[in-house]
Amino acid sequence: MENKIEVLDLNAGFGSTHVLKNISINIPKNRVTAIIGPSGCGKSTFVRCLNRIHELVPSAWVNGRVLLDGKNIYDSDVDPVDIRRRVGMVFQKPNPFPAMSIYDNIAYGPKIHGMKAKLDEVVEDSLRKAALWDEVKHRLKDGPLSLSGGQQQRLCIARALAVEPEVILFDEPCSALDPVATAKIEDLILELKENYTIVIVTHNMQQAARIADFTAFFLMGELIEYGETAQIFENPRDKRTEDYITGRFG
Amino acid sequence: MNMLSRKAMDRLFTFFCIASTALAIIPLGSMLYTIFVKGFSVISIDFLTKLPTPAREAGGGFGNAIQGSFIVVGIASIIGIPLGIGAGMYLAEFPNSRLSRIVSFTADVLTGVPSIITGIFAYLLIVLRFGGFSALAGGVALATMMIPFIVRTTEEAMKLVPAELREASLALGAPRWKTSLAVVLSTARFGIITGVLLTIARIAGETAPLLFTAFNNRFWFDGVMNPVATLPVMIYTYAISPFEDWHAQAWGGALVLVAMILVLNIGIKLAAGRRW
Amino acid sequence: MKLRVPSFSILNGKNWKFTPDTLFQIFLGVLSIISVIVLAALLLRELIKGSWPALSTFGLEFLFSTAWNPVTGEFGALPFIYGTIVSSMLALLIGVPLSLGIAVYLTEIAPSRVRAILSPVVELLAAIPSVIIGLWGIFVLAPFVREHLAPPLMNYLGFLPLFKGPAYGYSVLTAGLVLAIMIIPIISSVSREAILAVPSLQKEGSLALGATRFETIISVVLPYAKGAIFGAVMLGLGRAIGETMAVTMVIGNNPQIFTSLLHPGYTMAAVIANEFTEATDDVYLAALIEIGLVLFAISMVVNIIARVITWKYLKLEEGLS
Repeated sequence: MENKIEVLDLNAGFGSTHVLKNISINIPKNRVTAIIGPSGCGKSTFVRCLNRIHELVPSAWVNGRVLLDGKNIYDSDVDPVDIRRRVGMVFQKPNPFPAMSIYDNIAYGPKIHGMKAKLDEVVEDSLRKAALWDEVKHRLKDGPLSLSGGQQQRLCIARALAVEPEVILFDEPCSALDPVATAKIEDLILELKENYTIVIVTHNMQQAARIADFTAFFLMGELIEYGETAQIFENPRDKRTEDYITGRFG
Repeated sequence: MNMLSRKAMDRLFTFFCIASTALAIIPLGSMLYTIFVKGFSVISIDFLTKLPTPAREAGGGFGNAIQGSFIVVGIASIIGIPLGIGAGMYLAEFPNSRLSRIVSFTADVLTGVPSIITGIFAYLLIVLRFGGFSALAGGVALATMMIPFIVRTTEEAMKLVPAELREASLALGAPRWKTSLAVVLSTARFGIITGVLLTIARIAGETAPLLFTAFNNRFWFDGVMNPVATLPVMIYTYAISPFEDWHAQAWGGALVLVAMILVLNIGIKLAAGRRW
Repeated sequence: MKLRVPSFSILNGKNWKFTPDTLFQIFLGVLSIISVIVLAALLLRELIKGSWPALSTFGLEFLFSTAWNPVTGEFGALPFIYGTIVSSMLALLIGVPLSLGIAVYLTEIAPSRVRAILSPVVELLAAIPSVIIGLWGIFVLAPFVREHLAPPLMNYLGFLPLFKGPAYGYSVLTAGLVLAIMIIPIISSVSREAILAVPSLQKEGSLALGATRFETIISVVLPYAKGAIFGAVMLGLGRAIGETMAVTMVIGNNPQIFTSLLHPGYTMAAVIANEFTEATDDVYLAALIEIGLVLFAISMVVNIIARVITWKYLKLEEGLS
């Protein structure tokens, strides 16, 4: 089983705040890796370093190497725009573009990247992969805000899929959704892992236990432990992991 | 659309945005530079204190225009400030009545009245009625411009006062009117004063409302019912005249006017910065 | 911002007495009526009354006639309406792209220290009185247009009737430039607020798909803010329509309709400013006042549209969040 992403000695922060400390971790290909940990432990910052979104904030800084298929994404000859196409992201709150129709939201990515041929097919394909096609196929010209929260999030997933990424990062994708919508998205993630590498940040341990193959536990900017989910939850090696899992803090 | 052309578009766009900013600042720089260079040599004690002389005669000044500006703005303020603050208070204290909504909308719309129209208004109302140009007419024209702005700024300043303060006063048994005056008005007084001063700075430079109300005068102020010289009107008259020495004096007047307005604006911003 | 003011009006309902509170409300209410409603009504009444001699003499034809002859008593407003529209449109054409460029630069591109210096500088432009901008226009801009801007326009684009020579310094083009300079502060500052109000989640969503900053701003940020930006443009238009001094000092004040932008023109505000005190007879004066009425009506319409659009846009914003 090969690694899609290898993170080596990653340090990151904002100004004088050192958020991530010497993170080294492997993200296996075509598997779901969950990042868990209490609020403020750096989980979000971590995934945002994987698609170079972190550096968009004016005071942000990054050190270390993140290898995508063996090539450091922070090399000077690498274009962040290209990385962001290959590593997609779904955010905590659904963020469809309100000034565009459902169709145009999905078509936006492919159009920019010059994948103009057969847009209709790409849109339908992405919506099917996101398990949203049947619900919206008759109203592709409508605005996205007419959809429910869960549907909007699946729209954002379809939008991310449309640019044909290799990795999809999910940053607490279900925290704004109800249990039914959450279940739908979890099912979707399990389907997607066949073709994509998934990293999911979650504060919900049960969610990690349900869908993740591998789990990493972060605490105060450090990677405490990571391994197969079953092992992390049933047999944690580090006491701090055990404390977090059993709910003693966080 | 390959990567190279997308990058090129991005760079071109960034360049356009920077260029736009530069293009807007260049005229400003040119204006300030010209005003200082051409106006500075004209400024003297004489210029600030003497009456204007006929063209090509040296030694004249804009003394009466500076005096007149203060007087006309003063008249406008006496009329406009109480009316504006009163209406603004009403809008802030009783925002849910139908009158409030009508007044609010009308005031908003009135802020967009072209300045020359206020001149026509004051002409018809005052100049025709009393048979001549007058400082009073000029003051009324400027007051017509002031009132909508002061209504708005007063309303906003009072609405910034936290509801908790108002409720605390009412809970202590203070009547509405006392709460309004003693608590809300005094807490908001700084914002209200700032709004008034900014409006004054704005109307002090207006010319159009004065062209046929206060008109112009080669002599000192001579009573509220007579025409009076003002700085903006003098600048205009001298600028479009065919005399070169009058052109130079126009730049001098411009320097004085800009200096007064800038000082007022910077003073307000500094004071506001310190208070908040 | 919601205002938690006791919403009972003391004057609601039938049982109220002359308490200090009710007197307070009545007093302030009367003040508001006088300062705003009576003012607006008086303004309208005087304008209509003053223009009546012309209104009754010329009727609707006034708006379409190009005659302007104080001697024979023929008056028509078309040249001035034309000049106002053309100069304002030119101002928007030049001013809106520049304003948006400035707004984007100051919100998205400029480093914070540069922004802190440049934004008050752009605002400074708004504080300069119209007559001083006109003064600069006469002695700096008009010669510049005549010597450096008009000749290349004539040479390269002279086949278009828009740029036919000869070139005058005092022209519709100069007036358009001056107006553009004057409306840039208001359009750019309102647009800046509109862009700042776009949630960063929207921008990140676009960038996470691999879009460039340019693509994000054009396809996501500006469309999101388009309501407020349109309101800003309308406010700028309102300002341009009503501008008097700077325009009359550089436009040449010629009551003829020329197709070339390099030729002089006249606007409604300018003709009133210039000829009001020269108007010797009643019809002449009334014609000028009627032009004032038309100007008033047009700028009120533009203003109302601006407010309605902005109000609708704010409602939409609230619905989204």
